[in-house]
Amino acid sequence: MREKNYITASCAISNHIVYKNEHPVFESAHANAKDFLLSIYNHFDIKYPKFYKMDALSKLGWLASEVLLTASLKQGTYEPDQVGVILTNANSSLDADLKYFESTKEFASPSLFVYTLPNIVVGEICIRNDFKGENAFFVQETFDTGFIEQYVDNLINNNILQACICGWVDVLMKDYKAVLFLVEKKPKPQSRAFTKENMEKIYQIQNGHINS
Amino acid sequence: MDTLIADLKRQIVDQLNLVDIKPEDIGDDQPLFIEGLGLDSIDALELIVLLQQHYKIKLANAEDGPKVFYTVKTMADYIRANQPKIA
Amino acid sequence: MFVAGVGIISAIGNNAAENLTALELERPGISDITYLDTIHRNTLPVAEVKLSNESLANSSGLSKTTSRTALLSTIAAKEAVHNAGIENFASLRTGFISANTVGGMDKTEHFFTEFLSNNQKGKLRDVMHHECGSISEITADALGIKNYVSTISTACSSSANSIFFGARLIEHNILDVVIAGGTDALTKFTLNGFNTLMILDPHYCKPFDENRKGLNLGEGAGYVVLVAEKIATTLKQKPYCRLSGYANANDAYHQTASSPDGMGSYMAMKNALAQSGLHPADIDYINLHGTGTQNNDVAEGTAIKRLFEPSFPKMSSTKSFTGHTLGASGGIEAVFSVLAIKHGCIYPNLRFETQMKELPFAPELKFLKNQKVDHVLSNSFGFGGNCTSLIFSKP
Repeated sequence: MREKNYITASCAISNHIVYKNEHPVFESAHANAKDFLLSIYNHFDIKYPKFYKMDALSKLGWLASEVLLTASLKQGTYEPDQVGVILTNANSSLDADLKYFESTKEFASPSLFVYTLPNIVVGEICIRNDFKGENAFFVQETFDTGFIEQYVDNLINNNILQACICGWVDVLMKDYKAVLFLVEKKPKPQSRAFTKENMEKIYQIQNGHINS
Repeated sequence: MDTLIADLKRQIVDQLNLVDIKPEDIGDDQPLFIEGLGLDSIDALELIVLLQQHYKIKLANAEDGPKVFYTVKTMADYIRANQPKIA
Repeated sequence: MFVAGVGIISAIGNNAAENLTALELERPGISDITYLDTIHRNTLPVAEVKLSNESLANSSGLSKTTSRTALLSTIAAKEAVHNAGIENFASLRTGFISANTVGGMDKTEHFFTEFLSNNQKGKLRDVMHHECGSISEITADALGIKNYVSTISTACSSSANSIFFGARLIEHNILDVVIAGGTDALTKFTLNGFNTLMILDPHYCKPFDENRKGLNLGEGAGYVVLVAEKIATTLKQKPYCRLSGYANANDAYHQTASSPDGMGSYMAMKNALAQSGLHPADIDYINLHGTGTQNNDVAEGTAIKRLFEPSFPKMSSTKSFTGHTLGASGGIEAVFSVLAIKHGCIYPNLRFETQMKELPFAPELKFLKNQKVDHVLSNSFGFGGNCTSLIFSKP
């Protein structure tokens, strides 16, 4: 029988609203993604100067992971190699690619080039939290909750990981959407079962414009 | 009035996206890397681009970076040494 | 988990036989830029596949306006499928797991240049297949794979990750056969980007050498055909080898640099060994990630020292032949690892002269034949701290 795992926390960022565990925790009507992301950073009073250097995809995914993990994952609960990150999106690093390409007209910017890979956001989350477990980035047309359920269940049930941050992080110009889940073996109060139906419900909380 | 140092501080803040730092807060002799401003290897590459873009100086050897970019003052000295027309 | 077939195209050959011959004759594929239209011609050496897009189109059966990334991928993947010789292929549950980092960038950057000068110019069909997944779809369609197609994009470890993901799909009885690996074509975008990171060697690279100056970019594609045991037993030819272990870890140190002690690399190798049930002393050959950069080689070397001391297996970086093929490197080097087991050979690490002062070992200098090569460890470490090790073993 398939062992059950649990979504012990979730975070969704889309359409000017940040949700933690399905409740809105911050809202800010900014015209563009860049200002909105900065307002989230300021609102939650995070002090991490490296944030400013990140591209939009990394900022979005990293902020979503900060909101996801605050008060939901106590430091020291797991060893570094027991926690992994599995993310997906449709636009890969296209937003960063465009900005880097722009810079090549005059002087190619190394700090922009660094972000022209979609998995750098995984790297940023791992650096921040010292997560050294298995990690991956898949490029898919739409958020495939069935795929994530199967993939992450396999990692946790086979003890390749004890906990996993997984989900969807996508940005392209003014469109953005991040939906992250913290998946663990044991439930906590107000956890949901880790199923594709539950991930789909949380994903649909607010429909962004990316690939809708 | 050392306009080169003041200009450099502004350019550094811009080029490196140091959003929460004011140019005037950077000390002339403050180490830029590790302690100090905590810049990293990618920032060093951006400073190389800065030298090219604003001062037309090409630092061909990345290994010279730590010496040249040690502080704002060492950067200014290097620019003056390689671009004599700057006062 | 068995490897039933391999397919490869790189700067040193357009198929597996040509690649193996070049490795034996110690003939690298690095030279001045020939095909890419860039300002860096005559300054930066690269390892290009020695065929124009038109020739690649003829070999692959695709149109000559197709992205080079997809042309390379299709040629190598078709060779792998043909090489595996699975007769009832169409009736099995098949999958294509591919990886790349540039997608259709070669066409897009061409479009952009024209479009930016005049927005009435440029052919929109050039950007249709820009994104990474789209490139995989082109090859999947050419192979007739419908059950399962997926694309991984994790920088230089991408195609190694494809391979072990493919293995998992078979282990869990979701698929019977998986063609897994990756592809990447040289583009101005990548060349200029790596140039600004100042990690390109203006001469031919010297991996694991004390005086190494950086990497040379390459291009190509490499795929293995993985099959379940029940399929392997029905095939006419014996499988090449088994995929006996694999692991992935994050270095959690920096976006593009490896930690000085190579922790991510260490964990990936250690966990792959644990999964395979092998000891370090069982490994006969390490195909190093060995890019030739100051940073990678000392980090990877330090991790190997820690894991293997006091005795070290033979090792080499075949990037000294093919350059660093980015998203394709895991797949290309997996093919080399598989061929090493099949033919009992060890590849040389070209242009090595001086042992690194931090390390108590040096790579192999000559091509060796008639070797006992039962277990091979292949490393692929990517930007974003993504570290993967694969272990292949005699069948």
